[in-house]
Amino acid sequence: MNELTHTASIPRAFFALLRRDLLLAFRRRTELLYPLMFLLVVVSLFPLGIGPGPALLARIAPGVLWIAALLATVISLDSLFRSDFEDGTLEQYLISGHPLTLIALAKTLAHWLVAGLPLVLLSPLLAIWMNLPTRAMGVMVATLALATPILSLIGAIGVGLTVSLRRGGQLLSLLVFPLYVPVLIIATGGIMAAVDDLPYQAFLGLLLAGLITSLTLAPFATAAALKISLS
Amino acid sequence: MSSKQNIKPRKNALVLFFHKMGSPPWFFAFAGKLIPWLWAVFAGLAAWGLYLGLFRAPPDYLQGESFRIMYIHVPAAWMSMLIYGLMAVMGFIALVWRVRVMEILAMSSAPVGAAFTLAALITGSLWGRPTWGTYWVWDARLTSELVLLFLYLGVMGLYSAHDEPRKAARAACLLALVGLVNLPIIHFSVKWWNTLHQDSSIGITGSHIHISMLWPLLIMTVATKFYYAANLLTRARVMLLQQDLRKGWIRDAVKLNDDSGLNQGITQ
Repeated sequence: MNELTHTASIPRAFFALLRRDLLLAFRRRTELLYPLMFLLVVVSLFPLGIGPGPALLARIAPGVLWIAALLATVISLDSLFRSDFEDGTLEQYLISGHPLTLIALAKTLAHWLVAGLPLVLLSPLLAIWMNLPTRAMGVMVATLALATPILSLIGAIGVGLTVSLRRGGQLLSLLVFPLYVPVLIIATGGIMAAVDDLPYQAFLGLLLAGLITSLTLAPFATAAALKISLS
Repeated sequence: MSSKQNIKPRKNALVLFFHKMGSPPWFFAFAGKLIPWLWAVFAGLAAWGLYLGLFRAPPDYLQGESFRIMYIHVPAAWMSMLIYGLMAVMGFIALVWRVRVMEILAMSSAPVGAAFTLAALITGSLWGRPTWGTYWVWDARLTSELVLLFLYLGVMGLYSAHDEPRKAARAACLLALVGLVNLPIIHFSVKWWNTLHQDSSIGITGSHIHISMLWPLLIMTVATKFYYAANLLTRARVMLLQQDLRKGWIRDAVKLNDDSGLNQGITQ
């Protein structure tokens, strides 16, 4: 019935799941673009709302880019376990005999590759829109590359807790935004330090530490959350 | 065989107490006996502390009378953090050992903690008006207290979103634990963010507090602990009543003090 149960070792199960999720995402290519389009629209609203003054835009650019990235991540998170929960696949994972932690990690990684990585790649374009000084460009991309996985990992816990609710998406933002506060502070702090020609390495180091911590702890919490939601 | 198993070494009195507390009927009866005393001690201590603080303590040489808001603000802020920690510890116990009473206690803690957080924020901003000249500054303490309020709201929101109470409690307990891991990180990052972005803002009042000002604060700190205990147990009893309304032990427990009128509602 389920070939994972009988044949696959743990790494094979991990990569099989990763491949499945990526394949599913690429079969629905327009949905892939939603977070990116959302990011573009949100960022373009700021100059319209605040005014096109280059100095002001450069000043608020780190915050605007990061808040837009947070919002785009939370919007894309809702679909992380939703379809698997609704068609019962998630329950099959639970009884497959493979550790749920690993399954949660594979799905979170797939989510980041599909929703987080494109944000990182698109961010230089947005930074030009927001008139961010060129010297801070590299640091901005680095903060996004290091910290968007943290957003996916922490967000997955929230999704795991809300997946069985009918309107979990609205609650999700309340659950995860407070947990994103340190990431937002450190990432924008790093970009601002780079803008002011100050040393920024410590910020990147902290984000890396956050990434390692959340990578080791968050999948366990996600698995526990999924077990509660499936009970 | 079974008779042999029954002869166990005598349990430690404390362990026995905890085991008994895990049983809803026992907890319900015990809490019912304790609650009036807790409320009474709270009322006495609060009256004493507030009298000393509001009437007897001398006015501050710098802040005048406005410092007296400290006697509400500081205990409330302390309680807001303490209750979050306790809620997460109770949540951990509830998740690991599946103790139902602990789930109920953790979930009853959340509204009390959120209320203390809100009280600390409101009194803090009222206090900020005469001393800092504004109702709100993005001071590190105020900001982390605000994030704490959001964490409480998340726990309460998640609890009320689920239909099934036990599943709801377990989900919310897990969220409280995740929040507890994050809370120190949030606190230090906010503290650091504030020192990064603006010059050192006006700190909370001077480092030394005179003894006549300190005593009422200590009394109020103890009083808020009793308030929490009384409020928590009252809430937990109500929650147990709501969840177990159709169960036999509630009928027995409530029959004992029939004058409460609760029994009528149950039998209907």
